[in-house]
Amino acid sequence: MSRNGPLALIFHTLFVVFMVAPIVVVCWVAFTPDGFLSIPLTNFSLRWFRALANYPEFVHAFGVSLWLGALSSCIALLFAVPAALAISRYRFRGRDALSALFLSPLMIPHVVLGIAFLRFFTSVGIGGTFVALVIAHVVVVFPFALRLTLASATGMDRSVEMAAISLGADGWTMFRRVTLPAILPGIVSGWMLAFIQSFDDLTMTVFLATPGTETLPVRMFLYIQDNIDPLVTSVSASVIAITMTVLILLDRIYGLDRVLTAKGGDAGR
Amino acid sequence: MSAVISADPPSAGEARAGLTLALPALMLFTGVVVIPLAMTVMLSFHDWGQYKGIEPVFILKNWREIVEDPYYAEMFWRTFRVAALATLITAVFGVPEAYILNRMQGPWKGLFLLVIIGPLLISVVARTLGWALLFGGNNGLANKLLMTSGLIDSPVKFMFTETGMVVALAHAMMPFMVLAVWTALQRLDPQIENAALSLGAGSLTVMRRIVLPQIMPGVLSGAIIVFSLSASAFATPAIIGGRRLKVAATLAYDEFLNTLNWPLGAAVAVLLLIALILIVVGSNTLIERRYQEMFR
Amino acid sequence: MSLLELDRVGKSFGPNIAVEEFSLAVTKGEFISFLGPSGCGKTTTLQMIAGFLDPSHGAIRLEGRDLVAVPPAKRGLGIVFQSYALFPHMTAAENVAFGLEMRKVSRSEREERVRAALALVGLAGYEGRHPRRMSGGQQQRVALARALVIRPSVLLLDEPLSNLDARLREDMQIELRQIQRNLGTTTILVTHDQIEAMSLSDRIVVMSKGRIEQIGTPQQVYEQPASAFVAQFLGKTNEFAAAVDRTVAPAKLVAGGWSAPAPAGVTGAVTVSVRPERISFGDAGLAARITSRIFQGNHWLFQCDTECGPAIVIRQNDGQGQPEHGAAVHLAWRAADMSLRSAGGAA
Repeated sequence: MSRNGPLALIFHTLFVVFMVAPIVVVCWVAFTPDGFLSIPLTNFSLRWFRALANYPEFVHAFGVSLWLGALSSCIALLFAVPAALAISRYRFRGRDALSALFLSPLMIPHVVLGIAFLRFFTSVGIGGTFVALVIAHVVVVFPFALRLTLASATGMDRSVEMAAISLGADGWTMFRRVTLPAILPGIVSGWMLAFIQSFDDLTMTVFLATPGTETLPVRMFLYIQDNIDPLVTSVSASVIAITMTVLILLDRIYGLDRVLTAKGGDAGR
Repeated sequence: MSAVISADPPSAGEARAGLTLALPALMLFTGVVVIPLAMTVMLSFHDWGQYKGIEPVFILKNWREIVEDPYYAEMFWRTFRVAALATLITAVFGVPEAYILNRMQGPWKGLFLLVIIGPLLISVVARTLGWALLFGGNNGLANKLLMTSGLIDSPVKFMFTETGMVVALAHAMMPFMVLAVWTALQRLDPQIENAALSLGAGSLTVMRRIVLPQIMPGVLSGAIIVFSLSASAFATPAIIGGRRLKVAATLAYDEFLNTLNWPLGAAVAVLLLIALILIVVGSNTLIERRYQEMFR
Repeated sequence: MSLLELDRVGKSFGPNIAVEEFSLAVTKGEFISFLGPSGCGKTTTLQMIAGFLDPSHGAIRLEGRDLVAVPPAKRGLGIVFQSYALFPHMTAAENVAFGLEMRKVSRSEREERVRAALALVGLAGYEGRHPRRMSGGQQQRVALARALVIRPSVLLLDEPLSNLDARLREDMQIELRQIQRNLGTTTILVTHDQIEAMSLSDRIVVMSKGRIEQIGTPQQVYEQPASAFVAQFLGKTNEFAAAVDRTVAPAKLVAGGWSAPAPAGVTGAVTVSVRPERISFGDAGLAARITSRIFQGNHWLFQCDTECGPAIVIRQNDGQGQPEHGAAVHLAWRAADMSLRSAGGAA
């Protein structure tokens, strides 16, 4: 195998610096001891992390985001697992149209989805509620849950299921004892990816959230609109830390490139 | 997928079982995606007044306003110009980076893949905040670095400019491009480069004549993803572009949540959706036709 | 002077030694095979000649010039890869023309040579086809034409036939040999198939675990294997423990009921190695019982239990009667048909 030359490595270094620079800067500024935006060089302080406790709206928004992410990912999987099994193993008329429909939230701009949800939920009378947020997030994270479940259901050796049936297992037992364990890595990764997507979504949620149901990204966005101070960098740094943890878990469980390739491939279709 | 069952036409039982399993999701999507989208299209034809609110009639007022008022033409032109420039930047830098990444050895490859595509999953608000901090005014860190390195003489204005928007968008979208190209590179037979070398080609020739033509479909599909996501991006234009430099997504947001002229906002959103669908479907068809000989 | 010379070439990857002490001199026009199981270092050696890997030790010389310092693009070797490595976005003719373009050959000459090269491999009329629309055999021919059209000083073939089915492989072997004879191109073939190596090569380099076991003509390596590995890797063989009996004069080499005059210089315990087709059933010799008898068309395959362990015997189906299952027989062979090794190692 040929190796990269020095020019390539210089390019690579600059590229990586470009990619991590904004993330590093946010985390760095979060540790400033000053009362204003600055890059601490000698003194590092946790005062802005401690200050978070005095801003209940951030803490509350964080709680909303956690609940919303966990709940909508679980519900999305309840719909996605049967749908993935249907698409991966049964052939029926309209199957391709069905999977196109299920993956469509990836193609429709989130701003359009946000508007459509706002219009819809307002006219059915649940505008601004937490329930409306959950329903909207279920739809938006559904493609991610479906993709990874579908990938593992398609990759599964079906003769194992046939073996279980030949040994006397009924349909439910087969699903619980054979199918489910086989597609579990896909389901778990699908849940995590769905959670991250829900936890990070701003564009769609910003249309639906009201003061009681603001998620963390929405709260951060509205805060930044007014002014940028060290407080919002410490919030961001915390969010980055949480996402990185999930990211590393995801990489260990399933392989980040596999998770994201499935995603990139759909958005292009 | 299974050779056993794909030989004969689908049986009625198979179709019933498949539809039953997919039914809950189908109902969810019909109720919460198809109907709301249809309602939004309808909304764009409704009337609106400062004091009367939304009036459910069928008129072309909003559409006529978008077509006739040059403000909207300029705004859409800016939206697509910024998206196209961001796409160009991701391609120019993302393609070589994916190539370099693919040639790395063992653990380095995995580590840098994580570093480069990981930001995709990090909150877009946090990432954009990072750019806002870097850009911040004339003595922001970005300008200091560029001036120290001698690339520029006087500070570039990044905040509240299209330049800043393009840079931050290119950063946000870069992982999609690297991923798309990287996936295409993985499908290459590693011996092909050796074959070209053995026939006397230099490494630049190998890149230009052998590698690039083969990964071109990957580059183009990456470009389509980046373009459509950039054109509909919200957080970056809202934070970096500020209140005056509007793009389609931020304008629709304003109409909905500040002006409260929902029908006009819906018309902007629907137009964005239609334009993107036409562009994506059109370029996909072109790409497929262009490369069908190669990838039958 | 030899055309290509490898002088004590070695390659290690970290602590793993892939090839060591590889020395070989190839003369012009020769067809050489590197033969061995996977992981024996044959492909690594080929890649060092091609320039895709740098040797850790030793020197490689082409026409007396050091080759290691020359980048692969400047070596002027033709290579056919196992996967063929055709450029999928180019037609057959464009693939073949690529090397000529890199050499800045004029358009008219290029077209002429591409047409001739494709005709040589039997693909006249396929110029405009893309590789994906060709069969495996046709792709293989394009790869061969692409390597030959640049008139390489040495042609390197890396398991080129392993992706073809058995029938096609035999046809391609014959054709490959004919083309190589006609052009006189010095050729090195990497293969794990001993039949392929024997039917194509002037000389075979048998390799195992990174080392050369034996270099010789196909007959030499088959009939006088230098080691147990060579004997077993090139076709089936029988091995019997034997000893030299010095109590009689002249001294005799004895294995069970079989004996022959002991060759000069052989003492103590030895291993006798005899190919199954060289053993005949006789009235005297190694006592054995037939445990199975399998009809294989042009020959019979017998498995026997002898006083010196199990053995296999192959007899031509020449219409003569053959012993039945369970029959007691004696196995005999001529002294010239066996090779001897001292029981500890090489002879």
